[in-house]
Amino acid sequence: MIRLLAARLVQIAVTMAILSFAMFLLIGLMPGDPIDLAIAGDPRLTAEDAARLRALHGLDQPLLARYAAWAGGLLEGRFGHSRLFAQPVADIIAPALVSTLVLLGGALLLAGGIGIALGLLAAARPRLAPAVDAIAILGQSAPSFWLGILLIILFAVTLGWLPAGGMSETGGLDSLRFLVLPVATLAIANLAAYARHSAAAVGLTLREPWITAARARGNGEARVLLRHAFPNAAVPVLQVAALDAGALVGGALITETLFARPGMGKLIYDAVMGNDTNLALVALLLVALVTMLATLAADLAQRALDPRLRDA
Amino acid sequence: MKPRLVALLAIASLTPALAQSPPRDQLTIGITQYPATLHPNIESMAAKSYVLGFARRPLTVYDQDWALTCMGCDTLPSLDNGMAQRETTPDGRPGIRVTWRLREDLRWGDGRPVSAEDLLFAWQAGRDFSTGFGGSEFYRSAYEAIVVDPRSITLRFDRVTFEYASAGDWQPLPAHVERARWEQEPRSYRSRSAYETEPTNPALWNGPYRVIQVQPGAGITLERNDTWAGPAPAFRRIAIRTVESTTALEAQLLAGQLDMIAGELGLPLDQATALERRVGARFRIGYKPGLIYEHLDVNHDTPLLADRRVRQALVMAIDRAQIVSRLFDGRQVLAHGNVNPLDWVYDQSIRQWPHDPARARALLEEAGWRPGPDGIRRNQAGERLTIELMTTAGNRSREAVQQVIQGMWRQAGIEARIRNEPPRVLFGETLSKRRFTGAVMFAWISAPESVPRTTLHSDEIPTAERNWSGQNYTGFRNAEMDALLEAIPIELDREKRRALWQRLQAIYAEELPAIPLWFRADAHVWPRWLDGVRPTGHLAPSSLWVTDWAVR
Repeated sequence: MIRLLAARLVQIAVTMAILSFAMFLLIGLMPGDPIDLAIAGDPRLTAEDAARLRALHGLDQPLLARYAAWAGGLLEGRFGHSRLFAQPVADIIAPALVSTLVLLGGALLLAGGIGIALGLLAAARPRLAPAVDAIAILGQSAPSFWLGILLIILFAVTLGWLPAGGMSETGGLDSLRFLVLPVATLAIANLAAYARHSAAAVGLTLREPWITAARARGNGEARVLLRHAFPNAAVPVLQVAALDAGALVGGALITETLFARPGMGKLIYDAVMGNDTNLALVALLLVALVTMLATLAADLAQRALDPRLRDA
Repeated sequence: MKPRLVALLAIASLTPALAQSPPRDQLTIGITQYPATLHPNIESMAAKSYVLGFARRPLTVYDQDWALTCMGCDTLPSLDNGMAQRETTPDGRPGIRVTWRLREDLRWGDGRPVSAEDLLFAWQAGRDFSTGFGGSEFYRSAYEAIVVDPRSITLRFDRVTFEYASAGDWQPLPAHVERARWEQEPRSYRSRSAYETEPTNPALWNGPYRVIQVQPGAGITLERNDTWAGPAPAFRRIAIRTVESTTALEAQLLAGQLDMIAGELGLPLDQATALERRVGARFRIGYKPGLIYEHLDVNHDTPLLADRRVRQALVMAIDRAQIVSRLFDGRQVLAHGNVNPLDWVYDQSIRQWPHDPARARALLEEAGWRPGPDGIRRNQAGERLTIELMTTAGNRSREAVQQVIQGMWRQAGIEARIRNEPPRVLFGETLSKRRFTGAVMFAWISAPESVPRTTLHSDEIPTAERNWSGQNYTGFRNAEMDALLEAIPIELDREKRRALWQRLQAIYAEELPAIPLWFRADAHVWPRWLDGVRPTGHLAPSSLWVTDWAVR
C-alpha cells in the first residue's frame, strides 16, 4: 500500500509539472495580452504607455522565461499577484474556495445522500425503479440555469420565502437561507449519477449467494441492504464521488453566476478571459491537484473496502 | 433572454412578492460588474466609477447637462478669472498654467482636510510611469506642479488645449495614507495601496459615503461619511450588489432584494423594455441616450471597402430607423456621424444617409459591382461582393442586428459572411491588430466634446512599430481630417471651434470612415419612491450626484 501511495504521489507530481507548463503555454498563447485589452478599452493609452505597461507586467519577456520565473516562485511558495484584482493570488483564491466548498460540498452531500437513498430504494423495491429512474433522468436532463431560474421564480419571486441570490450581509444562520436554492439546483442535477450507480451496483450485489446466506441467517432486509449489500456495492459510487471532488474546488460557473455567488468557477473563468495568468494557473492547478488526490483517496478506499483489489 | 424565461418571469411578476419592503434608510442597487480595483487612478472601469461616485469627489466633472463643472474645487479655472494663464514653456513652446483651488469643506473620512499635498502626491505618482497608472498623456503634459497654499495647486502644461480646466482623472489621493506606500516601491504600489489592502479605511474616502464592507465579487456596502460637509444624502447606507447574469439581476429586483438597477451597468435595452411592459407599475424605467456610439468599423485597406461609393451604399442599404424601431422599441438615437446630437458641437445640417436601396444599388453599379446569377454582385474580375461581418459573440442584441443587416445587404446584392469572436479575441487581437477584412460592429464610449483623434487620425493606425496602440482600426487616412484633429484641441474660442467641428462632421458624413448606426440608450430601473437620479449619458456616473437622490 505504501509503495502504491509513493508511486502515485510521484506520478501526481510529474503530471502537475507537465500540466503547469501546458497551461502556462496555452494561456500565454491565447490571443490578446492584457495590454492589448487595455488599449482597446482606453483611447488615451499611447504607444509609450503600451510599452511601459508591458514591461511593468513582464509581458515583454519571452514565454519560457516568464514560465521559469513563475514556476520558480511557485516552488518557493510565492503564488504571485493577480493582475485583475491587484491582490496576492492566495488572498483571492481563499474566500472563493471557501464559498465554493460550502456550495458544492453541501450540494454533493445532498446529492449523494438523496441519490444513494433513491438507488437503494430502487434496488430493494424493483417496482419503484422506474420512478427512481424518472427522477434521475429529470434531474440530469434539466439544465442548471433553467432549473435555477425556476426555483428562483417560485421560491424567491413568487413566494418570497428565500433570497433569489447573492450572499448574506449578516452571516451566521442567515447565510443558510442564501444557500438553499443554489445547493438545491446543483444537488438535483447531481443526484442522478449517485442514484443510478448505487441502484445498479446494489441490485447486482443483492443477487450474490452470500446475500442469500445473510438473509438465511435471519438478518432483516434493512440490515442486509445497509450492512451487507451497500458496503460491497460502494466502489462505483466512490468513483463518482472522487470525480466530483474536482468540482468541489473547480466551482460551478453557471450556478455561481445565476445566484451571484463569487466562487472558483467564476474566478477561473474571469482569470482566463481577463488574461490573469497567475490567478488562472494557480486556480486550475488546484483543481487538477484536488481531482488527482481525490482519485488516489478513492483508490485507497476501494482497496480498504475490497480486499481482492489489494493484490491487483 | 430566452423567450421561455421571459414568459416565466412574466408569470412570476404578476404575483406580488411576499418579500417585505426594505427599510428606506438603505438603498440596494444592482449592477452587472464588480470593480477590479477601487484605486481611483488605476484602470478605468465603469463599475469602479459608479462605486467611487458615491465615495469620492473628483476635482472637475462633466455634469448632467454635459458642461464641465467643479466638484472638488470651488471655481472652475479660466483665462477670464485668471486661474489659467498662458505662458511659454522653458523650451519655448506655448504653454498654460492652471490653478485649482480645493473646496474648503472637503475632508477625508478621518477628518483631515483634502489638501494640495494630496493633489501633489497624485501628480507625482502619475508622473512616475513605473507606478502603473493607465493613461499618461495628462501627466506627460503637466510638467510641473506648484503648491500655492494648503488648498491651491498650480500645474504647468506644455500644451494649451480647450480642456485645460478639466483635471480629468487626476484626483486627490490621501497622501498621509498612500505616500509612504508609494515611496517604498512605486512599481508594486498598486498592490500595496490601501485602496487594495484596506478599502474600508475611512481616510480613503472624501465623498458623501465611505466604503464599510467589501465582499469580493459580490458587493460593496457604503455608509454615510460623517466628515462630509455637503448636502446630506437621503440614505444611511447604500449596498451595491454585483449580479452578472441579467436574468438573475431581474429576478433579484422582482424578489425585492434589489431596489434599483443602475443603467450604467444594468439591463440590456430589450430586457428593460420587456420588464417595463410587465411591471411598469412597480418601477420607473428611464432611458438615457448617451455617448455610446454603435457603428461598423470597415477596413479601408480592403480594396472594395476603400471605395467611398461602396461604403455609402452599405449605409444606405441598411434601414437603421426600422432596426431601432423594431428591435429597440425606438429607444436608441439614430447616428448620422460620430458626434452625439446632445453634444453642443453637433451639426444639425450634416449629411444624413436615409434608407435608400435604389440609390445603394446605383452606387454599387457605378463602382463596377453588377448582379451575378445568384443575386450577389461581382466586379469585372469576377470577384464576389462579399464582406466579412463581425461582432462580439454572445451579445444577443448585436447578433440580432447583424442578421438583419445581413438580410438587408443581401437585397442590395452584398453578401455578408458572419464571423463572430469573443470580446477578448475581437478587441484584444482582431481589431487592435487590424486582423479583420470587412466590417466589425462594436461601440465607442467617450466624453462630451471628445476629440476623436485616436480613432480618426492617420498617426493612430495601429501597427507593430507603435506597439499596436491607437484605435484607428479602419485605417482611415485623410489629410484634412488630420489637420482638424490637430487644430480642434488647441482652439480655445468656442465659435471657431464649432466651425472646425462642423467641418470634421461633414468629412465624416461624406467619407464614412465607419458606418454609423445609433447612440445606445441606457435603461435605468428605479423604484417609484425614488426621485432625483439623473443619468448623464456619458462617462460620469449618476452616483456622483447622490445627494440629489430623495425618497418620495
